[in-house]
This record gives sequence, structure tokens and C-alpha cells, in this order.
Amino acid sequence: MSKNNTAVSSLRQKILILYSGGSALDSKIVAWSLFDATEKEKMITGDSDVPPYESVFDAMKDGWRVIQISPIQSIHPGTEYSTGYLKFEHVLEKIASTDG
Amino acid sequence: MSWKKLPPPMVNKKYLLTSKQMASFVNKGFLRFDKIIPKKLCDEAFRELKRNPDHKWWLTNGKPFSEIWTDSVIGKVFRHPKVEGIIQSLVGPNPRYDHHFPHRIEPGKLEPQNWHADSIIDTRTKHFDIQLFFFPQDTPREMGGTLILPGSHFRRVQESEISRYHNIVGQLPIVCKAGTLFVTHHNIWHCAQPNRSRKLRFMFKLRLNPTVRQINLWNTDDLSDPEIENVLMKSHPWTGVEERIEQVLRIKLWRFLTDNQHFDSRYWLTRIENEPTTIFEYQQSGVYENKGKLN
Repeated sequence: MSKNNTAVSSLRQKILILYSGGSALDSKIVAWSLFDATEKEKMITGDSDVPPYESVFDAMKDGWRVIQISPIQSIHPGTEYSTGYLKFEHVLEKIASTDG
Repeated sequence: MSWKKLPPPMVNKKYLLTSKQMASFVNKGFLRFDKIIPKKLCDEAFRELKRNPDHKWWLTNGKPFSEIWTDSVIGKVFRHPKVEGIIQSLVGPNPRYDHHFPHRIEPGKLEPQNWHADSIIDTRTKHFDIQLFFFPQDTPREMGGTLILPGSHFRRVQESEISRYHNIVGQLPIVCKAGTLFVTHHNIWHCAQPNRSRKLRFMFKLRLNPTVRQINLWNTDDLSDPEIENVLMKSHPWTGVEERIEQVLRIKLWRFLTDNQHFDSRYWLTRIENEPTTIFEYQQSGVYENKGKLN
């Protein structure tokens, strides 16, 4: 395996999922999750009371790349006054090395 | 199916919940009672749970609760007069036993549960079951406790489909002294936390179903207290732009519980119910001026 391939094979995806209180990317974060395939960080339920960023936009400024945004959905008749899953989910990624 | 007709237990009025406590239950989806069970009984219960960890955890679903644990320390806990008052206030006399589970978390168990709501998706909007979380020992944060999300009880979710979430603003770890009881709406989001201590931890959970309409079952002497509206409408930090929808859901549940279809707050429902056919009736009844409190 070449030196170049070795470097590539050590790269892993870190997924940060941020839930905001509104649809705008600069609205406040209300929930968050982290799944780090480099296994350097492990987040579990209840391990922090403070979001890692105040907004998705703040995370973007710190180098996180947004790869998915929840669409703003039409309200179906009959469901106007019901709530369920957290509404505004933003999936972000960073590519990090397992080395060092 | 027929049920034995039993006389309602005689609960002293002083043990019933107040309207303000009920409003808090509607707002947060739980009530907290610190050290409500005497320490001696807690120690007895802890020994029993340790000795018999399964504690016959699969009993007959739907049996009258009065016929469950008639001769056991667990029965003594849930038939403590103060606990009976709480149960009667929320689900009425003679509730049905749904199920129970003694949650045993070994020392050093570092894997937490994922967020979930119990059972399956529940489409009820008025009647509700209660779950009683009994902590028989001191439960500091390092022992975990159960993590709950205040205000999550109106959310329609399917059990652990919310397991993608790790942390939510406003989540509340239950840290408490021995004998503390949390009484929750059946749908509240929760998860067990790691036990980083060297001590075995127990949390005993019991679910009960109502057998009567859940209307004015508590001590309603303070029903006209203006503070109730503030308690009901208090915001939760994680609901974002959906907070007003949550407030509507609270108003609707309060209307049901108090049997007052005119109750409103901040004009949310009165405005959208303002059909020409109802205007005259509303004006005659004076609900605009009295915020739904009909004389």
C-alpha cells in the first residue's frame, strides 16, 4: 500500500447532528448528537447540558460541512396541533484522521 | 371483560394534589415528591429488591391495582397515604395495574439507555396513564438516575425512534434522596443513565391506568388561582417555534381535566374558534372577560 493510500485509509467521518429551534441556520440549538468514526470522541445521552455550538451557522464557521437540512414541511390537515420528533434536523460532517 | 366493583379507597383530602400541582403536571409531564416514602420503608424495599431482583415483574396486566401486592413491602410503598392521594388525583380511585419493572443498574455500568417513550405510539389526547418512578436509595448524579425531558409528554413518537438524540436542552437528570417519587405522564421521554458509582442502583417503575374519566379528581379548592395559567404556559427551552403548539395542547388537556371547554390562555384557542355561530354564546357567557372561568 502506498504512503498516500495509508493516509486516506486513516480518514473517517465525524457526524454532528444539530437540532435547532427554528428553520433558520442561525437559530438556537435545542438538541445535539455526535457519532465519531475515529472513535476519539464518544457522546452518550445526558453527558452534556450545553450545546457544542449556539447555532448551525456557528458550527459551519468552525469547519463543519452541512450535508443535510430538514425541509420546511407543509402541515397536513388534521395534524396542525400535534407535535412529534424534533423538527429541524441538520446533519454536519468533518473528515478526521484516526492517527495522532 | 368485567371488573370487580370495589369501593373507592378513602383518601384524606389533605393528600390530594392541588390544582397548581395538576397544572404543573400538564406543563411538565411529571411531578416530583422528594423523600415522600419514609427511610425505613425504603431500606426494607431495597433489601427486598436486592433479595428478589425480578420481583415477580410479570403480573396480570389490567388487574385492579387494589389486588396487587396486598402483602408485600412494595405494596406498602405504593399504598402510603400520600402516594394514594397522588394516584387518586391523577387516575382516580381503583386504577388498573398495567405493569411494573424493577430497574437494576449494576455498579460500573457505563452504557446509558437511549432516549425513548415507553410502550408504543399512543394517540390518546385526553386520558393518560401514569408511571411512578420510585428511588429507594440516595441517587447522586454519579449513580445515574433517570434522565427525563420536561414537557415531552405531548410528543407523538414511536418508542426508541428518538434514540438518535444524545442531549436536549432542558433535560433533567433525576438526582434525589432515598424515598423520592417521580410521577410521570405515560408518554414522557426518558432514559436510564450510567452508574459510575460502586453501589448497586434500583429504580422501581409502576404503570397504572385510569378506570374513570380524569376530571376534577384532585383537590380543586384552588382552581381559580390566577397563578395556574402561568404554571400551564411556562415555556420549555427545547421546543423552539413549536412552543405555541405545545401551549395549545396544554390548554386542551386542562379544558378536559377541569371539564371547562371555555378555558383559554393568551387567546390562542378562542381566536381560532371564533366562528360567527359561537360569538353570541361566548358574549352571553362572559368568557372573554373571565378567561373561561364561568360563574
